[in-house]
Amino acid sequence: MIRTEHLSKRYASLVAVDDVSFQVGPGEVLGFLGPNGAGKSTTMRMLAGFVTPTSGKASICGHDVETEPLRAKACLGYLPEGAPSYGEMSVLSFLEFIADLRQLTGERRKARLDYVIGRLQLEKVLGQSIDTLSKGFRRRVGLAQAVIHDPPVLILDEPTDGLDPNQKHEVRTLINEMAREKIIIISTHILEEVDAVCNRVIIIARGRIVADDTPQGLAAKSRYHNAVSLRLDDAGQLQAARDAIAALPSVAEVEVSEREARLTALPRSGATILPALSELAARQGLKLKELHLESGRLDEVFRAITA
Amino acid sequence: MRNVGIIMRRELRSYFATPLAYVFILIFLVLANALTFFFGGLYERGQADLLPFFNFHPWLYLFLVPAVAMRLWAEERKTGSIELLLTQPITLWQAVLGKYFAAWLFIAIALALTFPIWITVNYLGDPDNGVIFAAYLGSLMLAGGFLAIGSCMSALTRNQVVAFILGVVTCFVFLLAGFPLVLNLFGWLPQALLDAIASLSFLTHFESIAKGVIDIRDLLYFAMLIGFFLLATTIALDVRKAD
Repeated sequence: MIRTEHLSKRYASLVAVDDVSFQVGPGEVLGFLGPNGAGKSTTMRMLAGFVTPTSGKASICGHDVETEPLRAKACLGYLPEGAPSYGEMSVLSFLEFIADLRQLTGERRKARLDYVIGRLQLEKVLGQSIDTLSKGFRRRVGLAQAVIHDPPVLILDEPTDGLDPNQKHEVRTLINEMAREKIIIISTHILEEVDAVCNRVIIIARGRIVADDTPQGLAAKSRYHNAVSLRLDDAGQLQAARDAIAALPSVAEVEVSEREARLTALPRSGATILPALSELAARQGLKLKELHLESGRLDEVFRAITA
Repeated sequence: MRNVGIIMRRELRSYFATPLAYVFILIFLVLANALTFFFGGLYERGQADLLPFFNFHPWLYLFLVPAVAMRLWAEERKTGSIELLLTQPITLWQAVLGKYFAAWLFIAIALALTFPIWITVNYLGDPDNGVIFAAYLGSLMLAGGFLAIGSCMSALTRNQVVAFILGVVTCFVFLLAGFPLVLNLFGWLPQALLDAIASLSFLTHFESIAKGVIDIRDLLYFAMLIGFFLLATTIALDVRKAD
């Protein structure tokens, strides 16, 4: 269990984190979203025991980060922003160093090292110094050190930043695998990641929590929730189709993208417009390439909340 | 204690992973020997002792020890690895001690590699090896004192050059605390405080050990100075680690 109560961090002229309270339980994968400088990293650093809160409390697995820092840290695997490490060390000696600090010994030390090296596909670079690795490999080394002691709680600050799509997929698979038995917090800028791995989202702006919901719940706040998007085969029909759809009583607004020959019909609040639209398309003889119901756009909600 | 050892071993290995260690040891040995033979006149004195060798150590350390110390914490902050280190289940003290002892041990290795000069005087004459042992001990304590100051300066900034300059200046003040150059700066203070400042001088404490007199007060002086600056390092880091 991760718990924060009225957690705040103030610097001389700046309130980085302002009265943040939340709890995260087992099985939850919490996505931390927010613009740059919103306080995501500062909150994570306070949980990891690196930044001391100005006021408020935070605890990891029941251990207060200020009064029992060692126990709290022992329960936690942490990937700092940018995945820092000791560049002159080889991957293997770096992981062995972390394993030693994590009190791993004997058979278990060997088993855990083998596991993370295999899981994050580090076999080929074990002897290489970390300085010479690509960004993707460095991030994977950072992830490996975070999970090496099999912690019940994981806090990952931008775990997929700088990875290519294949590597992103790998990391997300890893997070999904661990999600069943662990508590995980990840921060990210990438909204598709929230859909891919999180079952809960907290959006932070100017140091405050402005939304705390499931990804689906958040998407439902979008203007595009239950909107219908159609793509026409013949761009010449675009204007006529637009007028006909706009005339429907349950449609609030129609957006047109001429480049894609796409129409997006936004419903009046609570209305269901898909049946009416498909009927209209048949009646008007519109040739459709595509017709689908949107669940809502996270990026649009994100902008609306944090701007 | 286990964690101090783990951190110390990692640090020490990282010195030797880069050319830094070898360059430092080479420069140290070349300078130590050059100063001893050309300026100290080891042969010309006609005495079988190592005073001309040890007399130059304070001045050698004045530049070389801050050069070792400057990267201790400034580099960790610059690269961000300090966040990784301090979010492991260790205390700040363990990290400060581990890194400090690694640097000290490294200087001890460099110092131990001056052994040929000890063999030389033993070959040429019949020196008092007890005095030489005491002087090596004093030299090591002196390096430890400089290193603790350097560690503190390195914790204050993320810029290694700034850490180096702060380290050299502070070490210089401590080195010459008993001399008019420094005392004149504090001329407006009452005599009792001036005496206190004068008693902080590295040079007087080092010279008495180097002459073969291992006085518990001199050792205590270095121990307390090292303790004080390591405590200051810890406080500086605690306040500024995330800046």
